[in-house]
Amino acid sequence: MMGTQFFWLAKQELVLALVIFLLLIIKTGSRTYSNTSVLNLVNALLLVNFLAGFIAPADGILFNEMFHTNTLVTIEKNILNLGTLIVSMQGYEWLKTHKHVIEFYVLLLSTLMGMFFMISAGHLLMFYLGLELASIPLAALANFDLAKRQSSEAAFKYIISSAFSSGLLLFGISLLFGTTGSLLFSDLPALLTGGPLQIFALVLLIAGFAFKISAVPFHWWTADVYEGAPVTVSAYLSVVSKGAAVFVFVYFLYLVAKPMAAAWYTILFILGVLTMLIGNLFAVRQQSVKRLLAFSSIAQAGFILVGISGSSQAGSASVVYFILIYVLSNLGAFGVASVVSALSGKESINDYKGFYRTNPFLSWVMAIALFSLAGIPPAAGFFGKFFLLFAGAGKGNYALVIIAALNMVIAFYYYLRLVRAMFFDRADQEPIPSLDLNWYPKIGLGICLVGTLLLGFFGHVYEHIYSISIPF
Amino acid sequence: MPHPLHTALVVLLPLAGFVLLGLFGKRFGSKAGLVGVLVLALTTIFASMTAGGYFFSNGTVSGVFRPLKDLSFTWLAFSPNIKIEIGTLLDPISAMMIVVVSFVSLMVHLFSLGYMKGEERLHAYYAYLSLFTFSMLGLVLSSNIFQIYMFWELVGVSSYLLIGFYFQKPSAVAAAKKAFIVTRFADLGFLIGILVLSYYAETLDFGTLIQRLTDTQSSYSVGITAGSFMGISALTWGLVLVFAGGAGKSAMFPLHIWLPDAMEGPTPVSALIHAATMVVAGVFLVARLFPLYAFNEVALKVVTMTGLISAMFAAVIACTQTDIKRVLAYSTMSQIGYMMFALGLGAKGEYGLGYTASLFHLFTHAFFKSLLFLGAGAIIHLVHSNDMKDMGGLRKFMPITHISFLVACLAIAGIPPFAGFFSKEEILSTAYHDSFIFYLLLLLTSGLTAFYMFRLYFSIFWRREAHLHGHHGEGTMTMKLPLIVLMLCAVLAGFVPFGHFVSYNGQPLEMHVDLLFSIAPVLIALAGIGLAGWLYKSENDRPHSLATAMGGFYQAAYRKFYIDELYLFVTKKILFNLVGRPAAWIDRHIVNGAMNGLASVTGSISSAIKGLQSGKLQQYILYFFAGIALLTLLLIYRFASMPV
Repeated sequence: MMGTQFFWLAKQELVLALVIFLLLIIKTGSRTYSNTSVLNLVNALLLVNFLAGFIAPADGILFNEMFHTNTLVTIEKNILNLGTLIVSMQGYEWLKTHKHVIEFYVLLLSTLMGMFFMISAGHLLMFYLGLELASIPLAALANFDLAKRQSSEAAFKYIISSAFSSGLLLFGISLLFGTTGSLLFSDLPALLTGGPLQIFALVLLIAGFAFKISAVPFHWWTADVYEGAPVTVSAYLSVVSKGAAVFVFVYFLYLVAKPMAAAWYTILFILGVLTMLIGNLFAVRQQSVKRLLAFSSIAQAGFILVGISGSSQAGSASVVYFILIYVLSNLGAFGVASVVSALSGKESINDYKGFYRTNPFLSWVMAIALFSLAGIPPAAGFFGKFFLLFAGAGKGNYALVIIAALNMVIAFYYYLRLVRAMFFDRADQEPIPSLDLNWYPKIGLGICLVGTLLLGFFGHVYEHIYSISIPF
Repeated sequence: MPHPLHTALVVLLPLAGFVLLGLFGKRFGSKAGLVGVLVLALTTIFASMTAGGYFFSNGTVSGVFRPLKDLSFTWLAFSPNIKIEIGTLLDPISAMMIVVVSFVSLMVHLFSLGYMKGEERLHAYYAYLSLFTFSMLGLVLSSNIFQIYMFWELVGVSSYLLIGFYFQKPSAVAAAKKAFIVTRFADLGFLIGILVLSYYAETLDFGTLIQRLTDTQSSYSVGITAGSFMGISALTWGLVLVFAGGAGKSAMFPLHIWLPDAMEGPTPVSALIHAATMVVAGVFLVARLFPLYAFNEVALKVVTMTGLISAMFAAVIACTQTDIKRVLAYSTMSQIGYMMFALGLGAKGEYGLGYTASLFHLFTHAFFKSLLFLGAGAIIHLVHSNDMKDMGGLRKFMPITHISFLVACLAIAGIPPFAGFFSKEEILSTAYHDSFIFYLLLLLTSGLTAFYMFRLYFSIFWRREAHLHGHHGEGTMTMKLPLIVLMLCAVLAGFVPFGHFVSYNGQPLEMHVDLLFSIAPVLIALAGIGLAGWLYKSENDRPHSLATAMGGFYQAAYRKFYIDELYLFVTKKILFNLVGRPAAWIDRHIVNGAMNGLASVTGSISSAIKGLQSGKLQQYILYFFAGIALLTLLLIYRFASMPV
């Protein structure tokens, strides 16, 4: 019975669509609600949306293989839901005074919807549609600090780069169609022969993914956009948007482009090395916390590429596991930056001097998040990084592993700079005053803190992910 | 019959102490110290019970010590081949280490009660100490290489927190950061080493790893010997890289640069971390994987030579320092050099005498070196200075410290019957059986050791009449007690029949002291002491004229052979100028310039509006496009299989 099956398989998309429609109805209705009540409602809805994702995961395909889902896909969407929920809670301080809260959420959830379709796509056109739905509203979101010119600039840069990347991606898809006659994921592996045109198409497609996950040299937009956009949006971009792209990327490489594994391994190697090195070298010199985190998130993408290059079930499992940890740790760091920016307007590393004296809780959240990003035990990031490298080493490519390990040291250096500023340095100016937080951001940060500290110790989280991961 | 739970408690008790003091420490106020001491006392009791049980009842099977995996549970299965376990591994070295670590830690906890009195963040101090003790005990009890790496890093974190404890002092913060980053850099070798070894052995468990890679018939061993990189076998790479991690933590040349600076931490911390426990982690690591090292000539050679160079190099520098803690820091480095050296020769000669000698020295050194540091702490507590120029004639003011310090100096100098004599004797004997040149070099170094230790001793306690005004005495009973206890250990530890407990193959090894052999080392040590007494016992200008006569060499040694400068040159000049600067330049002129509408690379500077980055965006897109073009060309050149 197609009808009920549709409801079960696409339930995460349906719940999300309901939320979006509800918000639209509220917006177009005659009554106006205060920001706080809207935010209460939205956060409650997002929580429901997140929890609904755990009900009865099912395997299946819809619409002639255009749409597919399974337990792994469901978990990936749940991770994105979790990220969105945390971003929303942490953005509370900024959104509560914003004039267009409902629009913000409608746009935000539309992009999430796009990512869901991307992850569930079984056909390259479906994937492309999802990608566009995920990208275009993001540009509007980047512009949401309406009074700031930097914010519009970020939006402008994002939409142009994104359009360019989409164009090339579409070109790649058309080349693929030209040489194989099909765009269905299940058909493609048998039709790939590895000819020059297909290689060109592969490069174009990978460039499209690399743009989304900010891999060098397709990353140039990242720092500008992260810095200009509201911190909440930057956090969303760095975590949810990147995570979604990584999920599809693994799926595409491991299942669809498998016959061309030798070719894409080379690309991953080159991009991985460049991304780690350039991301870290740029991060070392940054004075702005947002830019530091932007480059750090670029470097993290490089490590993800190392894990993907492992070409094994452990590779794909460690990537999904890492994204889960990365969501929590990166949002811990961005979350603190977000409330500090919203409440005090301070955004440079210098401003964080003496932060521990005035805001011990926020300092600890930030420090643990940074330790996790740097891969220091017992923070979960240590396990995530270790597994990525372990998977990457599975190919016996020492050079890649050595460069990755070396980069962990460089990254460690600049994360420590911020920790040192917060905990050890004396403020040479008036330190950031003690910030009074609403309980939403507190919960959002608390989840990140607890998750980052404890996730590594629950071995069965990884084992479960492994058991449903994509084999190679 | 010890229960496995005791072993677990050894690790879990300090962790509980850390959590307790970390979360509720403020409520304990000045009682936080007592809580810490109590927890550590319990830990020490359990550690002794565990070790005693292992050595005397359940560790042996027909007279041979066997590793015991009391506790072990699979934490996660990374892939069907590789499982990560968490567990405890008891064997002679880990049983010995848990006693040493918990005992020295207890002494330091006790001593700190008096030393840190009145400190505002006392609870944090004790919380960090507990964290460190937890990490170190976890490290020595680890049953697999992943677990040991995790605790290894945790040890680094707690050492960072403790060195930087006086964060009001910029130098302490800088030292903490330096220690963290240098050891982290070394750990990168360790990490890659782990990846290499476990990739070939397909396991992380120590026992299985060693068994698979040393069995020349197995496919694992064949694989790792055949695999090579730059003409060197994968096994050698793996072992040398793991050793690099150990050398970083153990402050071996040239990765030692963090250790002298780490003396910025509170002195009891130096006694615990930088004398008795953390710095010997590298020795422990090599000993833990010793059957593998014994299997590989090249890796052993690296260990031996690194140890030898470090031992000599540090001893020379120690002769020239005037900060008493720095003298002790270099002396630590030198003594660990001895241990590494002996370990490197551990597979040779009579039943691996070097192996036992090395760990014996580790054992005795832990007592007399922590005694020296705690004594230095008491001295600094009294005179409020680290510089030996500010000291002299203190023997009247602090009799207990004086006597215990003297005992420790005699022990480290290798004068019988103090502990250091026995262990150093075995190391020298190992060297003698391997190569006469090594033996001579080490003999010379042990003369230097006696010299610099007694230079320290005479400068602090003799040299001139001291006039201290309004001093507060030698310290509380809690400070004196650890000194007395450790002094007893420094006298008695040498009589432990160490070879019966710790040996290369688990069978008892009879160690004998050959009186004829002992003559040369003792004489040269006495000569060192005599020279130090002649120069430093009373005030005179002999040291000065000697320094003038030694000229450039003295200067070079005083400046620590310019190693720090070399590092600064490489990092600041080469790394920053060749790599950092261009990156910063790109950042400022290309990326940042785009942001702020500042000068562009092509020099097309105009007003902010004109430069509204549309030009720069083109540049981004240009890079994007170039990336695609280059990748495509490369891949088509390499991989295109057939024309389509």
